[in-house]
Amino acid sequence: MIDLETKATIDYTYNVPVKRRRKKAKIKGAVPLYFILVVYFIVVAYPLFWMIINSFKTTDEIFSNSWAMPEKWLFSNYSHAWETGISGYFVNSLVVTVSTCLGTVFISALGAYGLTRFSFKGKNALLILCMGGMMLSPQVSLVPLYKLIQALGIHDTYLALILPYVAYRIPITILLIRAAFLDVPKEIEESAVLDGCSSWAVFTKIFLPLNYPILLTGIILTAYFTWNEFMFALIFVDSESLKTIPAGLMQFRDALQTNWGVLLAGLMISAAPIILLFLFMQKYFIRGLAAGSVKG
Amino acid sequence: MHVNHLLLKKEEVNPLPIRKLVPYLYLAPCIVMMGLFVYYPIVENFRFSFYDFSAFSPDKAFVGFTNFINLFHDPVFYTALKNNVWYAVISIICQVFGGLILAAILEDPITRFISSFFRTVFFLPVVISVTVIALLFTFVYEPNMGILNSFLHGLGLDSWAREWLGDSETAIFAVIAVSQWQSIGYIMMLFIVAIQAIPREIYEAAEMDGAGKIRRFISVTVPQVKEMFFVASLITLTGAFTVFNEPYILTGGGPGNASEVLGTLLYSSAFAKDQMGYASAIATVILILTLLLSLVQKKLFRTGKDD
Repeated sequence: MIDLETKATIDYTYNVPVKRRRKKAKIKGAVPLYFILVVYFIVVAYPLFWMIINSFKTTDEIFSNSWAMPEKWLFSNYSHAWETGISGYFVNSLVVTVSTCLGTVFISALGAYGLTRFSFKGKNALLILCMGGMMLSPQVSLVPLYKLIQALGIHDTYLALILPYVAYRIPITILLIRAAFLDVPKEIEESAVLDGCSSWAVFTKIFLPLNYPILLTGIILTAYFTWNEFMFALIFVDSESLKTIPAGLMQFRDALQTNWGVLLAGLMISAAPIILLFLFMQKYFIRGLAAGSVKG
Repeated sequence: MHVNHLLLKKEEVNPLPIRKLVPYLYLAPCIVMMGLFVYYPIVENFRFSFYDFSAFSPDKAFVGFTNFINLFHDPVFYTALKNNVWYAVISIICQVFGGLILAAILEDPITRFISSFFRTVFFLPVVISVTVIALLFTFVYEPNMGILNSFLHGLGLDSWAREWLGDSETAIFAVIAVSQWQSIGYIMMLFIVAIQAIPREIYEAAEMDGAGKIRRFISVTVPQVKEMFFVASLITLTGAFTVFNEPYILTGGGPGNASEVLGTLLYSSAFAKDQMGYASAIATVILILTLLLSLVQKKLFRTGKDD
């Protein structure tokens, strides 16, 4: 009894200051961490913030006072940018992105289904072929791709972008979808086959609906890639009327040499869709990036 | 019995050959797309690098190793290679090490209540198109009213202000800085995912043993995310040797050739000077460099796995 009591008092007298000391140490330890976070926050957020406020100003005001809030919020910069060419680039980007996403995810899902649900000769070789595509960067094939696109007669069309985009996105998308398809229990498929379903019916009626989250992840990652891709967009399309946003912005900049507010508004319009997609679909986005990083 | 027998026989004789074809049918679109647009160009590029030809003429002249010999005698090639090496070194330090440290801070229980906010903001540059970011940074680096020089004037460091992109000493580093600004968030997010997979008990045990924050970072976090560390370095190194967008938009390789990288050299050889064979030779060098890097990485990774 006495023992227990003394132990309790010892615990009591000993513990309280330790806890308090720990709490103090904890707060002290947090200061440098928060310092790093806040500094990096300013480094990242300030240029973005600067872009937002200055996209509502006249060029004169940007020059004389780029740090302050706009005296008058010029929403007209946005309509001006939209009419000066962004609208056309925007539509082109939309067409190319939607086609690329649908093409990539559909073809990859077919491939992933073939790779996971059948055993056949050359399966491993094909798997390696698919994965190997991830190691190859498009820069390396620029000249032959350019020649190929000329030879196919699709230079300066939407297809000159869509087809290479789909091809380069297939490896990573197959990898994502294959991992999900491997987790589908065999029993579901077997019972469907017993009910007389063909493999095509199993694919469209069971595998696609069952795995829609991963298909969505595939679509989001492909959209992110396609909306922002610059090099192919610059080289494979010449006509101003067919350019997507990243390549079109170069022309837009040259056209607006002196009208900075409108240029910044154009940058804002170009970045907005993918930022919104990210903010609303963050979970799918990050899951895909993480799964996709497991290269080689 | 009879019926059963018939059924079996029918299955054996008839649908089997078709069934054998089925998986190939599912894979056919992938194989065609990747074969045509990914693998065939790689092989062609290798072949092209031994020829001399122009974009719009069908004639090709076989020149053997001439393109490579010219390339290895071109001083611009070495400038570009040096700039790519700078890109790689700085990217490893900022993105891989910086990204890991940011990830560890954001996963520390002490910052948890606000970490998702910082995480989202830090990741924002990743989702914005590189064209938008590069054009935004032409304003950051603008000599007269740009954010960077205004900031330096504000701090009283007037002598530090300069024409960042127009000065051949600083141009490549200004370009590299933009890539870091954009990509640290991506690598950080990869490390966050890796850190979240570490069992909490390990941290608790380390804390019980009296390990402080830094000690826990070094002896728990770092070894546990080793795998992601190698993946992240492979991504940044490959990116550093294939980079094109940022230098092309910000400086076009200039002033002079001061900020040229292999990617911009390839582009200008092919599409400005119309030396397609020479450009293919540059592409072959890039391919060999990236393949070597990934082989070295794989080897290191494997030895890393053993212990």
